[in-house]
Amino acid sequence: MSVLGELFTDYTLRTVALGSAALGLVAGMLGAFAVLRRQSLLGDAVSHAALPGIVLAFMITGAKTPIILVLGAALAGWIAALLVMLVVRTTRIKTDTALGLVLSTFFGLGLVLLSLVQRSGGAGQAGLDRFLFGQAATLVGDDLVTMGALGAVVLASLALLWKEFKLLSFDPAFAGAMGLPVRALDIILTSLLVIAIVIGLQTVGVVLMSAMIVAPAAAARQWTDRLGRLVLLAGLFGAVSGLVGAVISSMVPRLPTGPTIILVVTTITVLSLLVAPERGLLAAWLRRVRQRRQVEIDSVLADLYRLAAQHDDPTSAPHEVAVLQTMRAAAGVRNSLRALADEGLAVADPDGRWRLTVEGAQRGRERVEGTT
Amino acid sequence: MSVPQIEILAIAMITAAGCALVGVFLMLRRLAMLADAISHAILPGIVVAFFLTEDLASPWLVIAAAATGVLTVALVELLSRTRRLKEDAAMGLVFPAMFSIGIVLITRYAGNVHLDVDAVLLGELAFAPFDRFEPGGHDLGPRHLWLMGTITLINLALVMLFFKELKLATFDPGLAASLGLAPVVIHYGLMTMVSVTAVGAFDAVGLVLVVALMVGPPAAAYLLTDRLSVLLGLSVLLGALSAALGFGLAIWLDASIAGCIAVGVGVVFLVVFLAAPGRGLVAELRRRKSQRWEFAQVMLAIHLLQHEGTPAEAEESRVDHLHGKEVGWTAEFTRRVVAGAVRRGLVERDAERLHLTELGRVEAGRALSGTAT
Repeated sequence: MSVLGELFTDYTLRTVALGSAALGLVAGMLGAFAVLRRQSLLGDAVSHAALPGIVLAFMITGAKTPIILVLGAALAGWIAALLVMLVVRTTRIKTDTALGLVLSTFFGLGLVLLSLVQRSGGAGQAGLDRFLFGQAATLVGDDLVTMGALGAVVLASLALLWKEFKLLSFDPAFAGAMGLPVRALDIILTSLLVIAIVIGLQTVGVVLMSAMIVAPAAAARQWTDRLGRLVLLAGLFGAVSGLVGAVISSMVPRLPTGPTIILVVTTITVLSLLVAPERGLLAAWLRRVRQRRQVEIDSVLADLYRLAAQHDDPTSAPHEVAVLQTMRAAAGVRNSLRALADEGLAVADPDGRWRLTVEGAQRGRERVEGTT
Repeated sequence: MSVPQIEILAIAMITAAGCALVGVFLMLRRLAMLADAISHAILPGIVVAFFLTEDLASPWLVIAAAATGVLTVALVELLSRTRRLKEDAAMGLVFPAMFSIGIVLITRYAGNVHLDVDAVLLGELAFAPFDRFEPGGHDLGPRHLWLMGTITLINLALVMLFFKELKLATFDPGLAASLGLAPVVIHYGLMTMVSVTAVGAFDAVGLVLVVALMVGPPAAAYLLTDRLSVLLGLSVLLGALSAALGFGLAIWLDASIAGCIAVGVGVVFLVVFLAAPGRGLVAELRRRKSQRWEFAQVMLAIHLLQHEGTPAEAEESRVDHLHGKEVGWTAEFTRRVVAGAVRRGLVERDAERLHLTELGRVEAGRALSGTAT
């Protein structure tokens, strides 16, 4: 409980935790739309492309004021997103190639600028490379204000244009036919995504920020089919991952924040994929096993009926388990018989032979003769 | 240029060639982002193999990383085959997780050896000439030159040997499968090539450049040709050109070599994107513009044709009438359309009066009946 206690008393830890939770919340909620619209990899390109913007903003202003660096990042990320759209729209190059191209060349440019800044050795340069992999420990009150203000803008826009974005995500053609400005909405939603990414850069870093967009939404998708719940749940998963990851990394020495947060959110996603009640892989597997079991039980019932039907009174003709076993290639005849007994469809005689009950004979006939 | 500089340039150009060869197929199969995914995801494989062998030059690193790369591809496919995630989301989930594991391993346990985070991103191309290949004490040149040379030659040999198979499996997977070419084998073979190339290149130039060199030159070449063999050759050439350009930039600015080469890739693409004959942005805009003029000229011919022989003909075929309220063209626009139509021989001008030529009548009739000219 000491960690919880420190959360309330330790100023640094509280700042770090709050900031990371806020970034997770915003990234998760916007990510839900990105994943639905199959733009998962756009986040990757935008976050990498933000690097030159950050370094250029620093080189031009010489300041490390969070709002200026964030603006530079947003501008560069936004230009990158528009460039991808331009290349895809005007040439025969496909989206994946355009993304890879913009991502790597912008990031390369960022690294060149970073190496120039580092060589010139400006007093304030030391903090810039934290944008690569994130360093939550460097968050201060100013950063929180910036993140909070930007996050509020993003979430308010989301609430305001909720219906439009919903329509755009599920049926853009219909949205267009309804007279909605699809192109403009597309650009607004992409811009909000850019801002959501930029908020997280200082904590998670440009290299891994894309996962904060994809993973919470991918996890939330397993739990619900409704957009409203999906967005809220993705925000919740993102916030929890940010909080937990940041706290872990600030307690363990030499554990970079970005990768830690990503590993936490990936764990949540993998668990969701496995144990979610409807779509979960475990639930699906259980359903399959249960179905297969039911088929086996039904077959044994049918076999028993076929044997019993040779006699005048089907219910008074017990049969050896061994006979039933020879009729079935599959194992588990005894288990099936026991399941039938549980349902009151068959009974075991004291000598270990099995016969049908009245209801069992009725069901068996239905099964064999195919009537219902 | 000094000898080490020439060696660095040679390594960069050969790396570019090797990356371009596999990159072409990634691009054509719409898997370009796999270059990004694989190059990030091989990191834990490299780190673990490095911990076990304690030797960055060990061939086990290449093998472990290649295996990790193929594992990543398999994992992405496994995830998207459960149909719980779309393929792009699966990719966006798997490789950051793998990369995170690699980064955590490095920062936690390898802080003092020369496998650090900067080297992962940027490589150490500047130091490559100090790392010599010396079998039996004979200095045969930089180790990376041999490594990347071998990988590039293997890529080239495989592409030439299986050219037909790769081509068919890329452009018509259905036909390839029905001919018994086993698309899965070809797919995973290609993924193994990508992984091996990424590992070899990563060690020398860092993973940023791996992605740039695999994606950029093929994308630029794709705007210049339709033939696969030409595409492969051009990609290799443009890759080498980008490397040379970037290296020059790096010397001039005294900045990160790998970063500069990535920028070089971007510049080469930008030039091709703007200026490529036929498919470049300039050519495309010019075509759209000339289409607009041609359309307006045909409209003029149609207008004249419809009023030909009617009482209003004299009025309707006056130039000053055209930019009046009925047609809605500006005076300047009308002047240029008329000039263009006269040049194309669609109309003849007699002071303010326009007459259709025979060609003009034919073109207008054709446009009206909907057949393309």
